[in-house]
Amino acid sequence: MILACAEQVSRRYGEVLALDRVDLTVRAGELVGLLGPNGAGKSTLMNLLVGLRRPTAGRVELLGGDPRDPASRRQLGVTPQETGLPGTLRVGEVVDFVSAHYPDPVPRGELLDRFGLTDQVRRQTGGLSGGQRRRLAVALAFVGRPRLVLLDEPTTGLDVEARHALWESIRGFHAEGGTVLLSSHYLEEVEALAQRVVVIGHGRVLADDSVAAIRGIVGVRRVSLVADDLPALPGVVATERVDGRFQLLTTDADQLVRDLVATGVTFRDLEVRPTSLEEAFLAITAGDRPAPTPA
Amino acid sequence: MPLALVHARYQLLEIVRIPVAVVGSAFFPAAAMLFFVVPFAGDDPAGATYATAAMVTFATMSANIFQYGVGVAEDRDQPWNPYTRTLPAGPAPRLAGRILAGLVLTYLSMVPVVVIAAVATAARVTPARFLLGLVAVAVISVPFTLLGLAIGYSLPSKAAIVVAQVLFFPLAFGGGLLSGPDNAPGFVKVIAPYLPTRGAVELMWAAVAGWQPDPKALVMLVVWVLVLAGVAGWAYRRDEGRRFT
Repeated sequence: MILACAEQVSRRYGEVLALDRVDLTVRAGELVGLLGPNGAGKSTLMNLLVGLRRPTAGRVELLGGDPRDPASRRQLGVTPQETGLPGTLRVGEVVDFVSAHYPDPVPRGELLDRFGLTDQVRRQTGGLSGGQRRRLAVALAFVGRPRLVLLDEPTTGLDVEARHALWESIRGFHAEGGTVLLSSHYLEEVEALAQRVVVIGHGRVLADDSVAAIRGIVGVRRVSLVADDLPALPGVVATERVDGRFQLLTTDADQLVRDLVATGVTFRDLEVRPTSLEEAFLAITAGDRPAPTPA
Repeated sequence: MPLALVHARYQLLEIVRIPVAVVGSAFFPAAAMLFFVVPFAGDDPAGATYATAAMVTFATMSANIFQYGVGVAEDRDQPWNPYTRTLPAGPAPRLAGRILAGLVLTYLSMVPVVVIAAVATAARVTPARFLLGLVAVAVISVPFTLLGLAIGYSLPSKAAIVVAQVLFFPLAFGGGLLSGPDNAPGFVKVIAPYLPTRGAVELMWAAVAGWQPDPKALVMLVVWVLVLAGVAGWAYRRDEGRRFT
């Protein structure tokens, strides 16, 4: 049972191509993480899936229909940005307002209890702490007893404890059979929750695989050094040379350095540093072509 | 409860929590009433009734232009607005709710004018004509609601505030709201029939005092409603197109 899918979806904003022929399928019962740096196209994809925007090309389907048709959204839960809660309304009122849109909403007390907001029910949302606002925003996604929940960066800016509490409620929903698509630019968050990870960069799906497989890829390190010439080395996924400096991307930097020493090549100024998600994926997907020079 | 009423209820709650917004649209007409109508026309029953009806029109206009013009523009800045569009309801309940809430506030904003008229002037109206006046308020709200929506959907909130303020005084003066039916200054007499405020105030006078409205002003009012509906619809679709396609 497919709950949400995008087929060859592109979205253009004027000159900018925010999404470029993206395919994504979310099946019932899955907990999928959408991983990628800021500006990669995660939010655009989310907006297409919830019907806020129309694709420039391709097809989007939500719960068996067009997401722009309100009926298709009846079993969908979405989080507002926490900064967007109406500041003068009380917590209980915001929940009641959203509840009014669903046939069988979760009772207010139960929902607030689940998200630790029972004591805040009479507070205006403008007076809540950042963490409380974020919890309320996430709670709103669950009001209508959704089958599918889309969470856009749900824990950005939360402290560790609050983040873990939110993760627990997301896990609880999933354990009861709920389906979740969650975007994040933290690998840690996606690792903690998701089984499947879709990596997006520059508007394209760079990888769609298990958490373990993705972790292997994003564990890439950049080893750079100055040398006259380098022999071929095992475990190097991309090589480039800029101003006499070699840049090697590898999944096992320790082994690469050992191999390098064993070759007896003269080198100096050795540096090993982690790559960003973006760099790692660009390197992988660039294949045999030289990786683009990071700015 | 129908969704439109739910939306109306929460819009009103949001507005009532910052009561100065309500005071704002009630203040100008009430002040004009106290400074111009009470001292100059207060003792003349007919004059006071016409002047009060003009102030009610003034209140209707300013309440609608500001609420929709500034309110819609501010809402468009808030991320809450796109969120509500992910709920399983189309944009219609939100718009209907906004218009219901707007009507409630319009009636609220003229309470001071009516109270001042009853207490401090000789203005008189029969119960039947009073009810007719209430209906007329809803009718003349239409062009000003459309004007407000046109401003709110086409401009960012800072510009909307300025445009609303710039528009509402000339509309009030030019339409002859601050002068009696027949004693407006010459240039006002010339331009008034072409402004939506004139047709609106003539309708109010007809409702509460049996005035024979000027056909030219009424025809122009209909033209205004059609033009403003076109502009508001265009601005709404353009906003949708820019942000929700």
